Amino acid sequence: MGKESVAYAPPHPAPLPPNGAERGIPPALETRGLDKSFGALAVTHAVDFRLERGARHALIGPNGAGKTTFVNLVTGALRPSAGAIFLDGADITPLSQDRRVKLGIARTYQINTLFRGLSVLENVCLAIGERLGLGGRLFRPVGLRRDVIEAAYALLERLRLAEDAGRLVRELPYGRQRLVEIAVALGLEPKVLLLDEPAAGVPSAESGIIVDVIETLPADLALLIIEHDMELVFRLARRITVLVQGAILVEGTPAEIAADARVREVYLGERTRH
Amino acid sequence: MSAAATPAAVPEAVRALARRHRFRAYETLPWIAAIGGYFLFPDYLALGAQVFIAILFALATDLILGYGGIITLGQAAFFGAGAYACGLVSAHGWGEPLSLLLIGAAAAALVGFLSGFVVLRATGLTQLMLTLIVAVMLQEAANKANDLTGGANGLQGMEIWPILGLFPFDLYGVAAYLYCLAVLFLGWLVLRTLVHSPFGRSLTGIRESEARMNAIGSPVFRRRLAAYVISAALAGVAGALAAETTQLVALDALSFDRSGGVVIMLIVGGIGRLYGGFIGVPLYMIAQDRFAEIDPVYWYFWIGLFLLLVVLFARGGMIGLGETLWRRLKFIPLRPWGRRG
Amino acid sequence: MTEAVSAAISIAFHGLAFAMVLYLVSVGLSVTMGLMGFVNLAHGVFAAAGGYVMTTLFNDYGVPFPAAAAIAAIVVGAASVAIERTLYRRFYGGDELDQVLLTIAIVFMSVAAAKYFWGSSQQPMHPPPYLSGQIEVLGRDFPTYRSFIIASGAVLVTLLWFGLDRTRLGAKIRASVDNRRMAQSVGIDTSGLFSFTFALGTGLAALGGALGAELWPIFPGYSLDHLIYFLIVVAVGGLGTIRGPFFAALLLGVADTAFKYLLPEFGSFFIYALTLAVLLWRPKGLFGQIGRT
Ligand SMILES: Nc1ncnc2c1ncn2[C@@H]1O[C@H](COP(=O)(O)OP(=O)(O)OP(=O)(O)O)[C@@H](O)[C@H]1O
Ligand SMILES: [Mg+2]
Repeated sequence: MGKESVAYAPPHPAPLPPNGAERGIPPALETRGLDKSFGALAVTHAVDFRLERGARHALIGPNGAGKTTFVNLVTGALRPSAGAIFLDGADITPLSQDRRVKLGIARTYQINTLFRGLSVLENVCLAIGERLGLGGRLFRPVGLRRDVIEAAYALLERLRLAEDAGRLVRELPYGRQRLVEIAVALGLEPKVLLLDEPAAGVPSAESGIIVDVIETLPADLALLIIEHDMELVFRLARRITVLVQGAILVEGTPAEIAADARVREVYLGERTRH
Repeated sequence: MSAAATPAAVPEAVRALARRHRFRAYETLPWIAAIGGYFLFPDYLALGAQVFIAILFALATDLILGYGGIITLGQAAFFGAGAYACGLVSAHGWGEPLSLLLIGAAAAALVGFLSGFVVLRATGLTQLMLTLIVAVMLQEAANKANDLTGGANGLQGMEIWPILGLFPFDLYGVAAYLYCLAVLFLGWLVLRTLVHSPFGRSLTGIRESEARMNAIGSPVFRRRLAAYVISAALAGVAGALAAETTQLVALDALSFDRSGGVVIMLIVGGIGRLYGGFIGVPLYMIAQDRFAEIDPVYWYFWIGLFLLLVVLFARGGMIGLGETLWRRLKFIPLRPWGRRG
Repeated sequence: MTEAVSAAISIAFHGLAFAMVLYLVSVGLSVTMGLMGFVNLAHGVFAAAGGYVMTTLFNDYGVPFPAAAAIAAIVVGAASVAIERTLYRRFYGGDELDQVLLTIAIVFMSVAAAKYFWGSSQQPMHPPPYLSGQIEVLGRDFPTYRSFIIASGAVLVTLLWFGLDRTRLGAKIRASVDNRRMAQSVGIDTSGLFSFTFALGTGLAALGGALGAELWPIFPGYSLDHLIYFLIVVAVGGLGTIRGPFFAALLLGVADTAFKYLLPEFGSFFIYALTLAVLLWRPKGLFGQIGRT
């Protein structure tokens, strides 16, 4: 189904497929020839991307590179102009966003997008409820699903949000709301987790919580993390993809990326401005 | 700062959420008032029945407006569809009131289902306009289909049989009062169940953030459509009740006044709280009645002023105002939590 | 055959005149909706106010019709700033429901006020002699008054579009409609801009109400009775656009005239059906921008 994208093939040799692919297991997530334009503005350009099972993969790139747009394409919030998206080898391009989530893709938002008028606990309960397929149930009150509420609470404890469980999201400082973003995404128990700048706006004292949580994610979960904080990227990621102006510039291990001259030029130049 | 290790005791937040759907003492108040009204104001039972109908209509509207976040100025489409369906069937020889309510509900649900596909794909002002258009279209159709609906003269020849075959509608409105009260109670139970159900909570989620609801895998359009159809069906029941109790259906069942009126009453009472209608409807009806008596020509100036004051000084309507005052009185420091981060 | 042609010409002509009035009255609503995100159900009040001011000046004080209409636009535009600053402003970016309630309250109060000051009947409107009768264009007679509406409408539309495209102020307005936060961050005084844009929109509405007083008679219920038409123009055109509502008004004006001429027994039914069809096809309107909500 996926389009061949030979014409747009990046100018560097394709990265070596790590472990899983050698054994013929399809990657958790794959995009082929993904394009997206808004009117005349091409924001994503022939992106061929693989996210292996169990990956700890970072997507970096200057502001406006198209990282968030990539997440929106993968989750189905946006429709690609061309190209295809595969989850566990199955083409999910035509599927709606809710179907993709049910298949195991979860994301957080770069700018908090939460149920601001609901309690922290209920934010997570809603996610868990949807995962369990309860969302359409008309009769039995939510309150009788003690299991859901307790699972949500346990998740909040993991993110050290338990003391705020009963407060409305909009009453929390922005940084703590960032943690709620993660809690909601984890409530979906995803196979593929896309974190869009999870640490942006989090006070440094609390970003350790994020690192801890990421380090204790299930081993087979495929994680894609978008982050501007290089310290965090190099600490967490085992692979890094650099996106520049909507196209993949280079992909490799942290060591390779750190040594790459083009990355230094494009990205680190950008960082000093940041 | 770090999370206090919670002992075996159930955390407060969990307990609160698990108990939220339980009945509270104050929830009996409307019903006590309604039963009290029966004995205190025997001359006003017919009016009371109409108030119950209006409250039921407001409840139906609250589901999509207060919980679903769909701003509608076209609820009369469903009220009118229910009323006309009920009226037409009864004028053609079937007058059993309970089944007529179901017929009204089905007709309105159908209108809701079909119009939902257009209305719910739009947002904001466009959506509001579409709700309005659906109602005026039906009104225009009812007006022009003279032979069927009686057009501007209203539908003639309705005949409603006794309720359950036992209680005929009487001149004093005794049967109507109790019948409408019973239907309102059932409607309220249904709605109360719905808003506490996972479905109801997911509607609230959609109102709070559609993007996030999408991102947790909720089929947002389908949920909205379901809410729209349920709301329409309940509004249709209200319309059918109105047709049965007055033995008349006229074009005003589909009018803008009715659509706008129910929204105003709901906002005055407080939306998204299930009780907005119980407070807003009587309050607005009384205000309207008083102003019309004091100043029969310019009374809607005063209604307008009243609404202006509500929107400026009573956010969340009367219930919102009450909650704010209550909080102020109860704990003076509104935020006992320290600031973090 | 010739009958059909002259019917078509007649429909196009009257439809165009109607469209001009519709556009002038509605364009401000589209801009305030796009710029301030404000659901303004009271927009028609300003058109009615323009009509009242004009008919009063024209009928009671003998002010020439064009001057009376211009004064009406300026007076209403200026006065609306007071309302914008005291009432509307508090609700920018707020709950749409509050905006609905606020503007319905304003409609109610203004309807009663109009009744108090001018009575419940229509304002008499007899065009001055030089705008009465017919004028001949290409061997055909056209009502002078409506020709005047079309001509002045065309001039105004040109001025408006030119102004928004070519002036600094226009650029600021467009930038703010596109992205308010961005506009603020590059130092545009959005508060002043809102007031100005609001005044411009209400002034145009007042002008539309005044010029169209013969097509749409001025009476207390004006703002409510025609509300649905304003909303259709804005929604079909695409919120926040300037040109969209023009084409929507054209479509609505001509279609409405045609339906009422050809199928009078169905009233406005087909207009509503047409609107539903257009919005089912394009929920953001004909010219609605992609990615905007
Ligand atoms: N809905 C949209 N309509 C038009 N242009 C858009 C839209 N969404 C994004 N863009 C544009 O696409 C480009 C990429 O945006 P994107 O948000 O994906 O970048 P990003 O890499 O996430 O940047 P950042 O690091 O600032 O988050 C930007 O130029 C942006 O202006
Ligand atoms: Mg981004």
